[in-house]
Amino acid sequence: MKIAVCVKQVVTREWPLRVDEARTWVEDRDASFEMNEPDAYALEEALRLREQHGGEVVVCSAGPARAAQVVREALARGADRAIRVEGGGLAAADAAMVAEALAAAMRDEQFELVLTGLQSDDQGFAQTGVVLAELLGIPHATIIMEVQVADGRLRVKRELEGGWFQWVSMPTPALLTIQSGINQLRYATLKGIMAAKRKEVRVVEAAADLVPRQEILEIRVPEKTKQTHMIAGSPSEAAAELVKVLREEARVI
Amino acid sequence: MVLVIAEQRDGVLNNASWEALVAAQQLDEPVRVAVAGAGDGLAAVGAELAAADVESILTVDHPELESYTPDGFVAAFAAVVTDTAPDRVFLAHTYQTREFAPRLAARVGRSLIADCVGVRPRDGRLAFVRPMFQGKFVADVAAAGPAPHFASFQIGAFRPDALERGAAPAPVTAFPVTLEPGAIRQQIEVPFQEAKQAVDLTQAERIVAVGRGIKGREHLGLVESLATALGAEVAASRPICDSGWLPMDRQIGSSGQTVAPKLYLALGISGAIQHLVGMKGSRTIVAVNKDADAPIFEVADYGIVGDLFDVVPAIIAALDA
Repeated sequence: MKIAVCVKQVVTREWPLRVDEARTWVEDRDASFEMNEPDAYALEEALRLREQHGGEVVVCSAGPARAAQVVREALARGADRAIRVEGGGLAAADAAMVAEALAAAMRDEQFELVLTGLQSDDQGFAQTGVVLAELLGIPHATIIMEVQVADGRLRVKRELEGGWFQWVSMPTPALLTIQSGINQLRYATLKGIMAAKRKEVRVVEAAADLVPRQEILEIRVPEKTKQTHMIAGSPSEAAAELVKVLREEARVI
Repeated sequence: MVLVIAEQRDGVLNNASWEALVAAQQLDEPVRVAVAGAGDGLAAVGAELAAADVESILTVDHPELESYTPDGFVAAFAAVVTDTAPDRVFLAHTYQTREFAPRLAARVGRSLIADCVGVRPRDGRLAFVRPMFQGKFVADVAAAGPAPHFASFQIGAFRPDALERGAAPAPVTAFPVTLEPGAIRQQIEVPFQEAKQAVDLTQAERIVAVGRGIKGREHLGLVESLATALGAEVAASRPICDSGWLPMDRQIGSSGQTVAPKLYLALGISGAIQHLVGMKGSRTIVAVNKDADAPIFEVADYGIVGDLFDVVPAIIAALDA
């Protein structure tokens, strides 16, 4: 099975984010970056499907030059080769723009299955995969918790709200957005890291005529909707005060 | 004109559709509503929606639309959008919307501003307010390019009881659609729940919930000790259950249980929106987190900025004292 998996590079969760001077993006010049976590689950699922059914896993990413880091990591974890679409404007781009950049580079490959993470940790659109499916003209399903492949068809377990699920089947080629927790992640081994250096990475320039469809006017820290009583002091002082207010003020213990 | 796409299943309207309608009514523009399905169930939902003060209700009735599929709903609503040429298309940000609406917008060459918590005028444009970076920030986002502009609204962002009702029922019109044979590629099965949930957290009076800050499954004993001391149930945010450190039926949030206990103590939980929707109705919320900027503090009544590995033993000691 010829599988593509799309990964995005995002700022690490631990990085203390600040809004940039223009207040339209975050200050990420010195940030550390990582593979978007839901995409890591999509990659793992692709590797497991290859182990079961054979074929190859091609990692695809669209972003600025620094995104090469997550592509290397995906290759180290076991992807066979990579397509990296490079464009400075892609770091803060809307989902449709990223999907267009990916589609242009992926279309001729005729993938049988395309996997993406459910959503990204930065803008959190949860749309890039869905729009990519439309651009590639293939069926899709979202928030997938299990993937079965038989006779050129997929049967996938889709998560619904409130603990409900539904099985959906469709022909390949198809695109699935993968829910976190579908599998247990593997990490790169030293052998994998060494092998990654010899793997093919095709770098494609993003088309110059990609048009943004959304504009970020301003980013800010959310306004507080609640008066929070912040309890200061050493751990033992704060704990004693907390127990006191929970007993005497909130009366919940 | 704002076109609101409502959601129904088996003749039951999704309550969140009223909220998307309230968002549309705020804009002082004509509002129309479209809803897809089949037969009597759809007709009943159409009649129910007609109570709202809107221009008209369009019922998109087709046997192939009786059950939701992404291909079916994209094709049907693309026909509605093309025919009615709205300026904006609003939806509730349900799982179903997340699945088909981005593709619907792409089908007509537009994009969806998703998961919005508000909408307001800004410098002559309409700014859609949406969380970014896991709720650490909110952004004003405007649509670029020609109409229609698509937006989906987070559940709870608008109050359904703020709906303006019409003096008389709005007219309900059938919108005929034709679906090409083979247009729907997805085949669906009946929705199901996993084996009955062993734990019903909705009945718990007190909950101690743990997130990524716990770092490893070997530290869960600390959380259990605190829960025992408080007479509380242990729960978790999604990443903890994803890692297999606690069973899935202990998960609080949009994909887990929704709870409203007397006391909700969040330990090392940053407060991504998917978690907040499952617990923000709790009577008293306490948050312990290393990061003073963590969004969990926005919904907390009491907050302690600190390492849970220092604070939790101190709370257990204080409860004993």
